[in-house]
Amino acid sequence: MDFALTEEQTMIVDMVRRFVRQEILPLEENMDPDADELEPEILAGLVEKTKAMGLYGLDTPPEYGGPDIDMVTRVLIAIECSQHRGGLYTPCYGAFGGARQAQLFEATEAQKEKYLYPMLRGEKKVFFGLSEPSGGSDPARAIQTRAVRDGNDHWVLNGTKLWISGADRADYGLVFARTGGPGRSGVSAFIVETQWEGFRVARIVHTLRSSKYATEIQMDNLRVPAENMLGEEGGGFAIANDRLARQRVPYAAECLGPAIKAHEMATEYSKIRETFGAPLASRQGIQWMLVENEIDIRAARLLVLDAAAKADRGEPYRTESAIAKLVCSESAFKVVDRSMQIHGGLGVAKDLPLERWFREMRIRRVGEGPSEVQKHVIARDIIGGSLR
Amino acid sequence: MAVRLDKPWRDLNAENLARVTGHLGVYQLADDAGKILYIGVAGGRTRYGLKGEIAKALEAPPPGVTKFRFEVNMAYRTRHAELLEAYVHDFGGLPEANTDIDPRMLGRLRPGGGPR
Repeated sequence: MDFALTEEQTMIVDMVRRFVRQEILPLEENMDPDADELEPEILAGLVEKTKAMGLYGLDTPPEYGGPDIDMVTRVLIAIECSQHRGGLYTPCYGAFGGARQAQLFEATEAQKEKYLYPMLRGEKKVFFGLSEPSGGSDPARAIQTRAVRDGNDHWVLNGTKLWISGADRADYGLVFARTGGPGRSGVSAFIVETQWEGFRVARIVHTLRSSKYATEIQMDNLRVPAENMLGEEGGGFAIANDRLARQRVPYAAECLGPAIKAHEMATEYSKIRETFGAPLASRQGIQWMLVENEIDIRAARLLVLDAAAKADRGEPYRTESAIAKLVCSESAFKVVDRSMQIHGGLGVAKDLPLERWFREMRIRRVGEGPSEVQKHVIARDIIGGSLR
Repeated sequence: MAVRLDKPWRDLNAENLARVTGHLGVYQLADDAGKILYIGVAGGRTRYGLKGEIAKALEAPPPGVTKFRFEVNMAYRTRHAELLEAYVHDFGGLPEANTDIDPRMLGRLRPGGGPR
Protein backbone atom coordinates (compact mmCIF):
# COMPACT_ATOMS: atom_id res chain seq x y z
CA MET A 1 0.00 0.00 0.00
CA ASP A 2 1.56 3.26 -1.15
CA PHE A 3 0.20 6.49 0.27
CA ALA A 4 2.77 8.75 -1.34
CA LEU A 5 0.97 11.83 -2.58
CA THR A 6 0.82 12.52 -6.29
CA GLU A 7 2.11 15.83 -7.59
CA GLU A 8 -1.46 17.08 -7.95
CA GLN A 9 -2.40 15.99 -4.43
CA THR A 10 0.68 17.71 -3.02
CA MET A 11 -0.27 20.88 -4.83
CA ILE A 12 -3.86 20.75 -3.54
CA VAL A 13 -2.76 20.08 0.04
CA ASP A 14 -0.34 23.03 -0.11
CA MET A 15 -3.02 25.26 -1.57
CA VAL A 16 -5.60 24.38 1.11
CA ARG A 17 -3.01 24.70 3.88
CA ARG A 18 -2.09 28.17 2.64
CA PHE A 19 -5.77 29.11 2.42
CA VAL A 20 -6.36 28.10 6.05
CA ARG A 21 -3.31 29.95 7.30
CA GLN A 22 -3.76 33.12 5.25
CA GLU A 23 -7.53 33.45 5.11
CA ILE A 24 -9.12 31.61 8.03
CA LEU A 25 -6.74 31.90 10.98
CA PRO A 26 -6.55 35.74 10.83
CA LEU A 27 -10.35 35.94 10.81
CA GLU A 28 -10.62 33.76 13.91
CA GLU A 29 -8.44 36.12 15.92
CA ASN A 30 -11.37 38.50 16.23
CA MET A 31 -14.25 36.03 16.37
CA ASP A 32 -16.06 34.61 19.38
CA PRO A 33 -14.23 31.40 20.41
CA ASP A 34 -17.40 29.43 19.73
CA ALA A 35 -18.30 31.16 16.46
CA ASP A 36 -19.46 28.94 13.64
CA GLU A 37 -20.35 31.39 10.92
CA LEU A 38 -18.93 34.27 8.93
CA GLU A 39 -20.78 37.33 7.74
CA PRO A 40 -22.24 36.58 4.29
CA GLU A 41 -20.06 39.15 2.55
CA ILE A 42 -16.86 37.72 4.04
CA LEU A 43 -17.91 34.18 3.21
CA ALA A 44 -18.72 35.23 -0.37
CA GLY A 45 -15.19 36.58 -0.75
CA LEU A 46 -13.71 33.30 0.47
CA VAL A 47 -15.97 31.29 -1.82
CA GLU A 48 -14.66 33.26 -4.78
CA LYS A 49 -11.18 32.15 -3.78
CA THR A 50 -12.06 28.46 -3.40
CA LYS A 51 -13.81 28.61 -6.76
CA ALA A 52 -10.68 30.12 -8.27
CA MET A 53 -8.75 27.23 -6.71
CA GLY A 54 -11.15 24.83 -8.46
CA LEU A 55 -12.16 23.33 -5.13
CA TYR A 56 -15.65 24.69 -4.47
CA GLY A 57 -18.35 22.09 -3.83
CA LEU A 58 -16.06 19.34 -2.56
CA ASP A 59 -18.85 16.78 -2.24
CA THR A 60 -20.56 17.71 -5.48
CA PRO A 61 -20.00 15.25 -8.36
CA PRO A 62 -18.08 16.72 -11.32
CA GLU A 63 -21.11 16.34 -13.63
CA TYR A 64 -22.90 18.83 -11.38
CA GLY A 65 -20.02 21.28 -11.31
CA GLY A 66 -17.96 19.92 -8.40
CA PRO A 67 -14.21 19.36 -8.58
CA ASP A 68 -13.05 16.09 -10.10
CA ILE A 69 -11.27 14.67 -7.06
CA ASP A 70 -11.09 11.15 -5.72
CA MET A 71 -11.83 10.13 -2.13
CA VAL A 72 -8.16 10.05 -1.10
CA THR A 73 -7.76 13.67 -2.20
CA ARG A 74 -11.04 14.53 -0.47
CA VAL A 75 -9.63 13.03 2.74
CA LEU A 76 -6.38 14.98 2.39
CA ILE A 77 -8.37 18.19 1.98
CA ALA A 78 -10.54 17.32 5.00
CA ILE A 79 -7.43 16.90 7.15
CA GLU A 80 -6.09 20.28 6.03
CA CYS A 81 -9.19 22.43 6.07
CA SER A 82 -10.16 21.40 9.60
CA GLN A 83 -6.91 22.73 11.11
CA HIS A 84 -8.38 25.77 12.80
CA ARG A 85 -10.53 26.60 15.82
CA GLY A 86 -13.90 26.07 14.12
CA GLY A 87 -12.54 23.39 11.81
CA LEU A 88 -14.11 20.26 13.23
CA TYR A 89 -17.74 21.05 12.50
CA THR A 90 -17.36 24.06 10.21
CA PRO A 91 -14.21 23.51 8.16
CA CYS A 92 -13.22 26.89 6.71
CA TYR A 93 -16.73 28.06 7.68
CA GLY A 94 -18.21 26.50 4.56
CA ALA A 95 -15.92 28.28 2.08
CA PHE A 96 -15.47 25.00 0.21
CA GLY A 97 -19.20 24.62 -0.27
CA GLY A 98 -20.25 23.07 3.02
CA ALA A 99 -22.18 19.85 3.40
CA ARG A 100 -24.32 18.59 0.59
CA GLN A 101 -27.37 16.38 0.77
CA ALA A 102 -26.07 13.73 -1.58
CA GLN A 103 -29.45 11.97 -1.74
CA LEU A 104 -30.76 14.78 -3.93
CA PHE A 105 -28.47 13.60 -6.70
CA GLU A 106 -30.81 10.59 -6.89
CA ALA A 107 -33.83 12.87 -7.40
CA THR A 108 -36.04 13.03 -10.49
CA GLU A 109 -35.29 15.74 -13.03
CA ALA A 110 -38.21 17.83 -11.77
CA GLN A 111 -37.03 17.47 -8.18
CA LYS A 112 -33.49 18.39 -9.22
CA GLU A 113 -34.71 21.58 -10.90
CA LYS A 114 -36.71 22.62 -7.89
CA TYR A 115 -34.45 21.49 -5.06
CA LEU A 116 -31.00 20.25 -6.09
CA TYR A 117 -29.77 23.02 -8.37
CA PRO A 118 -30.77 25.92 -6.06
CA MET A 119 -28.88 24.09 -3.27
CA LEU A 120 -25.80 23.67 -5.47
CA ARG A 121 -25.92 27.35 -6.43
CA GLY A 122 -25.90 28.18 -2.72
CA GLU A 123 -29.32 29.84 -2.93
CA LYS A 124 -31.14 27.37 -0.69
CA LYS A 125 -30.26 25.48 2.45
CA VAL A 126 -31.24 21.89 3.13
CA PHE A 127 -31.43 19.74 6.27
CA PHE A 128 -31.24 15.98 6.73
CA GLY A 129 -34.03 14.60 8.95
CA LEU A 130 -33.36 11.03 9.97
CA SER A 131 -32.92 10.70 13.76
CA GLU A 132 -35.85 10.69 16.14
CA PRO A 133 -36.31 10.75 19.92
CA SER A 134 -36.65 6.97 19.66
CA GLY A 135 -33.08 6.66 18.38
CA GLY A 136 -30.59 7.69 15.75
CA SER A 137 -28.17 4.78 15.54
CA ASP A 138 -30.70 2.29 14.23
CA PRO A 139 -33.01 4.46 12.17
CA ALA A 140 -34.48 1.63 10.16
CA ARG A 141 -36.10 0.27 13.28
CA ALA A 142 -36.38 3.47 15.33
CA ILE A 143 -38.29 5.65 12.87
CA GLN A 144 -41.77 6.29 14.20
CA THR A 145 -42.71 9.27 12.02
CA ARG A 146 -45.61 8.04 9.92
CA ALA A 147 -46.48 8.97 6.37
CA VAL A 148 -49.98 8.00 5.27
CA ARG A 149 -51.35 8.33 1.77
CA ASP A 150 -54.09 10.89 1.27
CA GLY A 151 -55.54 10.01 -2.11
CA ASN A 152 -53.06 9.77 -4.97
CA ASP A 153 -51.69 13.27 -4.68
CA HIS A 154 -50.42 13.63 -1.15
CA TRP A 155 -48.85 12.00 1.86
CA VAL A 156 -49.58 13.19 5.40
CA LEU A 157 -46.65 13.13 7.84
CA ASN A 158 -46.85 13.09 11.62
CA GLY A 159 -43.95 12.76 14.02
CA THR A 160 -40.89 14.30 15.65
CA LYS A 161 -37.29 14.49 14.51
CA LEU A 162 -34.43 15.20 16.89
CA TRP A 163 -30.75 16.18 16.53
CA ILE A 164 -31.42 17.75 13.15
CA SER A 165 -28.69 20.23 12.21
CA GLY A 166 -29.65 23.46 10.51
CA ALA A 167 -33.39 22.88 10.20
CA ASP A 168 -34.20 26.39 11.47
CA ARG A 169 -32.07 27.88 8.71
CA ALA A 170 -33.18 25.52 5.95
CA ASP A 171 -35.58 26.11 3.08
CA TYR A 172 -36.33 22.44 2.71
CA GLY A 173 -35.13 19.10 3.97
CA LEU A 174 -35.08 15.36 3.54
CA VAL A 175 -37.40 13.65 5.97
CA PHE A 176 -37.52 9.90 6.45
CA ALA A 177 -40.87 8.45 7.49
CA ARG A 178 -42.48 5.05 7.84
CA THR A 179 -44.81 4.28 4.96
CA GLY A 180 -44.91 0.57 5.55
CA GLY A 181 -44.25 -2.02 8.24
CA PRO A 182 -41.29 -2.37 10.57
CA GLY A 183 -37.72 -2.53 9.28
CA ARG A 184 -35.84 -0.98 6.40
CA SER A 185 -38.33 -1.63 3.66
CA GLY A 186 -40.98 0.35 5.52
CA VAL A 187 -39.09 3.65 5.34
CA SER A 188 -39.48 6.25 2.58
CA ALA A 189 -37.79 9.61 1.97
CA PHE A 190 -39.60 12.91 1.32
CA ILE A 191 -38.51 16.39 0.35
CA VAL A 192 -40.28 18.74 2.74
CA GLU A 193 -40.42 22.53 2.53
CA THR A 194 -39.99 24.25 5.87
CA GLN A 195 -42.63 26.91 5.15
CA TRP A 196 -45.41 24.36 4.74
CA GLU A 197 -48.27 24.31 7.23
CA GLY A 198 -47.74 21.52 9.74
CA PHE A 199 -43.94 21.80 9.81
CA ARG A 200 -42.19 23.59 12.62
CA VAL A 201 -38.80 23.76 14.29
CA ALA A 202 -39.84 23.63 17.93
CA ARG A 203 -36.53 24.33 19.64
CA ILE A 204 -32.78 24.43 19.46
CA VAL A 205 -31.15 21.56 21.32
CA HIS A 206 -28.29 23.04 23.33
CA THR A 207 -25.26 20.79 23.54
CA LEU A 208 -21.51 20.95 24.07
CA ARG A 209 -21.08 22.57 20.69
CA SER A 210 -22.56 25.69 19.17
CA SER A 211 -21.56 25.05 15.57
CA LYS A 212 -24.05 23.21 13.39
CA TYR A 213 -26.38 23.12 16.35
CA ALA A 214 -29.16 20.58 16.56
CA THR A 215 -32.88 21.27 16.46
CA GLU A 216 -36.12 19.44 17.14
CA ILE A 217 -38.67 19.25 14.35
CA GLN A 218 -42.36 18.56 14.78
CA MET A 219 -44.65 17.53 11.96
CA ASP A 220 -48.35 17.77 12.60
CA ASN A 221 -50.50 16.64 9.67
CA LEU A 222 -47.86 17.91 7.26
CA ARG A 223 -49.20 17.42 3.73
CA VAL A 224 -46.47 16.53 1.24
CA PRO A 225 -47.18 16.26 -2.50
CA ALA A 226 -46.68 12.74 -3.83
CA GLU A 227 -44.11 14.01 -6.34
CA ASN A 228 -41.92 14.99 -3.38
CA MET A 229 -41.16 11.39 -2.48
CA LEU A 230 -37.46 10.83 -3.11
CA GLY A 231 -36.77 7.48 -4.72
CA GLU A 232 -39.10 4.53 -4.47
CA GLU A 233 -41.68 3.94 -1.77
CA GLY A 234 -39.88 1.87 0.87
CA GLY A 235 -36.50 2.81 -0.57
CA GLY A 236 -35.75 5.60 1.88
CA PHE A 237 -33.37 3.72 4.10
CA ALA A 238 -31.16 2.64 1.22
CA ILE A 239 -30.86 6.29 0.16
CA ALA A 240 -29.97 7.38 3.69
CA ASN A 241 -27.55 4.55 4.27
CA ASP A 242 -25.63 5.17 1.07
CA ARG A 243 -25.06 8.78 2.04
CA LEU A 244 -24.02 7.94 5.57
CA ALA A 245 -21.43 5.36 4.46
CA ARG A 246 -19.86 7.64 1.86
CA GLN A 247 -19.69 10.77 3.99
CA ARG A 248 -18.31 8.88 6.96
CA VAL A 249 -14.82 8.81 5.43
CA PRO A 250 -14.17 12.59 5.14
CA TYR A 251 -16.12 12.98 8.39
CA ALA A 252 -13.56 10.74 10.06
CA ALA A 253 -10.68 12.60 8.42
CA GLU A 254 -11.88 15.96 9.73
CA CYS A 255 -11.17 14.73 13.27
CA LEU A 256 -7.48 14.73 12.44
CA GLY A 257 -7.16 18.44 11.66
CA PRO A 258 -7.76 19.65 15.23
CA ALA A 259 -5.76 16.67 16.56
CA ILE A 260 -2.75 17.63 14.45
CA LYS A 261 -2.98 21.26 15.55
CA ALA A 262 -3.44 20.30 19.22
CA HIS A 263 -0.41 18.03 19.02
CA GLU A 264 1.69 20.76 17.37
CA MET A 265 0.66 23.23 20.07
CA ALA A 266 1.44 20.76 22.86
CA THR A 267 4.83 19.97 21.37
CA GLU A 268 5.78 23.64 21.10
CA TYR A 269 4.43 24.45 24.54
CA SER A 270 6.35 21.58 26.12
CA LYS A 271 9.60 23.12 24.85
CA ILE A 272 8.99 26.59 26.25
CA ARG A 273 7.14 25.84 29.48
CA GLU A 274 9.48 25.16 32.39
CA THR A 275 8.61 23.40 35.64
CA PHE A 276 11.06 22.85 38.50
CA GLY A 277 13.87 24.30 36.42
CA ALA A 278 13.49 22.28 33.24
CA PRO A 279 11.24 22.36 30.14
CA LEU A 280 8.19 20.10 30.19
CA ALA A 281 9.64 18.37 27.12
CA SER A 282 12.44 16.96 29.27
CA ARG A 283 9.95 15.01 31.44
CA GLN A 284 9.31 11.44 30.47
CA GLY A 285 5.64 11.73 31.41
CA ILE A 286 5.21 14.52 28.86
CA GLN A 287 7.38 12.81 26.24
CA TRP A 288 5.22 9.71 26.38
CA MET A 289 2.05 11.75 25.95
CA LEU A 290 3.57 13.37 22.85
CA VAL A 291 4.65 9.97 21.54
CA GLU A 292 1.15 8.59 22.04
CA ASN A 293 -0.26 11.62 20.22
CA GLU A 294 2.09 11.04 17.31
CA ILE A 295 1.24 7.35 17.04
CA ASP A 296 -2.52 7.97 17.34
CA ILE A 297 -2.45 10.58 14.58
CA ARG A 298 -0.31 8.49 12.22
CA ALA A 299 -2.36 5.33 12.73
CA ALA A 300 -5.67 7.12 12.26
CA ARG A 301 -4.39 8.86 9.13
CA LEU A 302 -3.35 5.57 7.56
CA LEU A 303 -6.68 3.95 8.37
CA VAL A 304 -8.78 6.75 6.91
CA LEU A 305 -6.62 6.85 3.79
CA ASP A 306 -7.03 3.07 3.51
CA ALA A 307 -10.82 3.45 3.57
CA ALA A 308 -10.64 6.21 0.97
CA ALA A 309 -8.33 4.20 -1.28
CA LYS A 310 -10.71 1.21 -1.17
CA ALA A 311 -13.62 3.48 -2.08
CA ASP A 312 -11.61 4.87 -5.01
CA ARG A 313 -10.82 1.35 -6.24
CA GLY A 314 -14.51 0.50 -6.19
CA GLU A 315 -14.04 -2.13 -3.52
CA PRO A 316 -16.42 -2.59 -0.57
CA TYR A 317 -15.34 -0.20 2.17
CA ARG A 318 -18.09 -0.29 4.76
CA THR A 319 -15.88 -1.98 7.36
CA GLU A 320 -12.96 0.30 6.55
CA SER A 321 -15.11 3.43 6.87
CA ALA A 322 -16.44 2.19 10.23
CA ILE A 323 -12.88 1.52 11.43
CA ALA A 324 -11.77 4.96 10.20
CA LYS A 325 -14.64 6.74 11.95
CA LEU A 326 -14.07 4.79 15.15
CA VAL A 327 -10.30 5.25 15.30
CA CYS A 328 -10.18 8.86 14.06
CA SER A 329 -12.78 10.13 16.53
CA GLU A 330 -11.50 8.14 19.51
CA SER A 331 -7.83 8.87 18.82
CA ALA A 332 -8.35 12.55 18.08
CA PHE A 333 -10.25 12.91 21.35
CA LYS A 334 -7.33 11.37 23.23
CA VAL A 335 -4.84 13.60 21.43
CA VAL A 336 -6.78 16.75 22.28
CA ASP A 337 -7.20 15.56 25.88
CA ARG A 338 -3.46 14.91 26.29
CA SER A 339 -2.62 18.24 24.66
CA MET A 340 -4.91 20.02 27.11
CA GLN A 341 -3.22 18.22 29.99
CA ILE A 342 0.21 19.35 28.80
CA HIS A 343 -1.04 22.95 28.64
CA GLY A 344 -2.32 22.84 32.22
CA GLY A 345 -4.73 25.64 33.13
CA LEU A 346 -4.21 27.34 29.79
CA GLY A 347 -5.53 24.22 28.10
CA VAL A 348 -9.01 24.60 29.53
CA ALA A 349 -9.28 28.37 28.91
CA LYS A 350 -11.13 29.86 25.99
CA ASP A 351 -7.92 31.74 25.11
CA LEU A 352 -6.84 28.63 23.22
CA PRO A 353 -8.91 26.45 20.86
CA LEU A 354 -8.22 23.26 22.82
CA GLU A 355 -11.31 23.46 25.05
CA ARG A 356 -13.56 23.89 22.01
CA TRP A 357 -11.97 20.94 20.25
CA PHE A 358 -12.34 18.87 23.41
CA ARG A 359 -16.08 19.59 23.66
CA GLU A 360 -16.71 19.09 19.98
CA MET A 361 -14.54 15.98 19.74
CA ARG A 362 -16.60 14.46 22.55
CA ILE A 363 -19.66 14.80 20.34
CA ARG A 364 -17.74 13.36 17.41
CA ARG A 365 -17.50 10.03 19.24
CA VAL A 366 -21.30 9.92 19.27
CA GLY A 367 -22.40 11.64 16.05
CA GLU A 368 -22.73 9.83 12.71
CA GLY A 369 -22.84 6.51 14.54
CA PRO A 370 -21.29 6.15 18.01
CA SER A 371 -18.11 4.16 18.48
CA GLU A 372 -20.06 1.18 19.80
CA VAL A 373 -22.22 1.04 16.68
CA GLN A 374 -19.10 1.21 14.50
CA LYS A 375 -17.73 -1.75 16.47
CA HIS A 376 -21.03 -3.52 15.93
CA VAL A 377 -20.72 -2.98 12.17
CA ILE A 378 -17.13 -4.21 12.18
CA ALA A 379 -18.02 -7.24 14.30
CA ARG A 380 -20.84 -8.16 11.93
CA ASP A 381 -18.46 -8.10 9.00
CA ILE A 382 -15.91 -10.21 10.87
CA ILE A 383 -18.31 -12.72 12.34
CA GLY A 384 -21.14 -12.55 9.86
CA GLY A 385 -24.85 -12.43 10.53
CA SER A 386 -27.25 -9.57 10.92
CA LEU A 387 -27.45 -6.88 13.55
CA ARG A 388 -29.75 -7.75 16.44
CA MET B 1 -35.26 24.76 29.98
CA ALA B 2 -38.02 26.93 28.53
CA VAL B 3 -37.40 28.29 25.03
CA ARG B 4 -38.30 31.80 26.18
CA LEU B 5 -36.40 33.32 29.06
CA ASP B 6 -38.54 33.18 32.21
CA LYS B 7 -36.27 34.73 34.82
CA PRO B 8 -37.68 37.63 36.88
CA TRP B 9 -37.03 41.18 35.69
CA ARG B 10 -34.78 43.36 37.85
CA ASP B 11 -34.44 47.13 37.84
CA LEU B 12 -31.37 48.21 35.91
CA ASN B 13 -29.38 49.92 38.65
CA ALA B 14 -25.99 49.66 40.32
CA GLU B 15 -27.34 47.70 43.28
CA ASN B 16 -28.78 44.95 41.11
CA LEU B 17 -25.77 44.98 38.81
CA ALA B 18 -23.58 44.22 41.83
CA ARG B 19 -25.36 40.87 42.16
CA VAL B 20 -24.62 39.84 38.57
CA THR B 21 -21.70 37.45 38.10
CA GLY B 22 -19.02 37.42 35.43
CA HIS B 23 -20.28 34.18 33.87
CA LEU B 24 -20.98 33.76 30.17
CA GLY B 25 -24.62 33.74 29.13
CA VAL B 26 -27.51 35.71 27.68
CA TYR B 27 -29.51 38.69 28.89
CA GLN B 28 -32.51 40.78 27.99
CA LEU B 29 -33.25 44.47 28.47
CA ALA B 30 -36.81 45.79 28.77
CA ASP B 31 -38.92 48.84 29.50
CA ASP B 32 -41.11 49.40 32.56
CA ALA B 33 -43.89 47.26 31.09
CA GLY B 34 -41.54 44.33 30.48
CA LYS B 35 -41.42 44.83 26.72
CA ILE B 36 -38.15 43.32 25.53
CA LEU B 37 -36.02 45.93 23.78
CA TYR B 38 -32.74 44.09 23.46
CA ILE B 39 -31.47 40.51 23.59
CA GLY B 40 -27.77 40.30 24.28
CA VAL B 41 -25.02 37.77 24.80
CA ALA B 42 -21.95 37.70 26.99
CA GLY B 43 -19.63 35.56 24.91
CA GLY B 44 -16.18 34.10 25.25
CA ARG B 45 -14.42 37.30 24.26
CA THR B 46 -16.10 39.53 26.83
CA ARG B 47 -13.80 40.71 29.58
CA TYR B 48 -16.26 40.51 32.46
CA GLY B 49 -19.01 38.25 31.07
CA LEU B 50 -22.62 39.11 31.95
CA LYS B 51 -21.55 41.63 34.56
CA GLY B 52 -19.53 43.59 32.01
CA GLU B 53 -22.21 43.53 29.31
CA ILE B 54 -25.01 44.58 31.65
CA ALA B 55 -22.73 47.27 33.11
CA LYS B 56 -22.41 48.69 29.59
CA ALA B 57 -26.21 48.77 29.37
CA LEU B 58 -26.41 50.58 32.70
CA GLU B 59 -23.85 53.12 31.52
CA ALA B 60 -25.56 53.79 28.19
CA PRO B 61 -29.00 52.16 28.16
CA PRO B 62 -30.88 51.94 24.87
CA PRO B 63 -33.89 54.27 24.84
CA GLY B 64 -36.65 53.11 27.21
CA VAL B 65 -34.62 50.42 28.98
CA THR B 66 -35.21 50.22 32.74
CA LYS B 67 -35.05 46.49 33.49
CA PHE B 68 -32.88 43.47 32.81
CA ARG B 69 -32.76 39.74 33.35
CA PHE B 70 -30.12 37.18 32.53
CA GLU B 71 -29.32 33.50 32.31
CA VAL B 72 -25.90 31.97 32.91
CA ASN B 73 -25.33 29.61 29.99
CA MET B 74 -22.15 28.14 28.54
CA ALA B 75 -24.08 27.38 25.35
CA TYR B 76 -24.43 31.13 24.96
CA ARG B 77 -24.35 31.22 21.18
CA THR B 78 -27.15 28.75 20.56
CA ARG B 79 -29.18 30.18 23.44
CA HIS B 80 -28.79 33.69 22.01
CA ALA B 81 -29.92 32.48 18.59
CA GLU B 82 -32.87 30.67 20.16
CA LEU B 83 -34.05 33.74 22.10
CA LEU B 84 -33.77 35.96 19.03
CA GLU B 85 -35.59 33.47 16.82
CA ALA B 86 -38.35 32.98 19.39
CA TYR B 87 -38.77 36.75 19.64
CA VAL B 88 -39.01 37.10 15.87
CA HIS B 89 -41.65 34.35 15.87
CA ASP B 90 -43.65 36.06 18.62
CA PHE B 91 -43.43 39.66 17.42
CA GLY B 92 -42.54 39.48 13.72
CA GLY B 93 -39.20 41.25 13.98
CA LEU B 94 -36.14 41.82 16.13
CA PRO B 95 -36.26 43.85 19.37
CA GLU B 96 -35.95 47.58 18.70
CA ALA B 97 -32.42 47.94 20.01
CA ASN B 98 -31.01 44.82 18.33
CA THR B 99 -29.57 46.77 15.43
CA ASP B 100 -26.42 44.70 15.94
CA ILE B 101 -28.08 41.57 14.54
CA ASP B 102 -28.17 40.75 10.84
CA PRO B 103 -31.58 39.07 10.28
CA ARG B 104 -30.04 36.99 7.49
CA MET B 105 -28.02 35.14 10.12
CA LEU B 106 -31.13 33.95 11.96
CA GLY B 107 -33.22 30.88 11.41
CA ARG B 108 -36.94 30.35 11.80
CA LEU B 109 -38.17 28.88 15.06
CA ARG B 110 -41.80 28.18 15.81
CA PRO B 111 -41.89 27.33 19.50
CA GLY B 112 -45.09 26.38 21.27
CA GLY B 113 -46.71 28.63 23.87
CA GLY B 114 -46.72 32.42 23.89
CA PRO B 115 -44.43 35.35 24.72
CA ARG B 116 -43.18 35.93 28.24
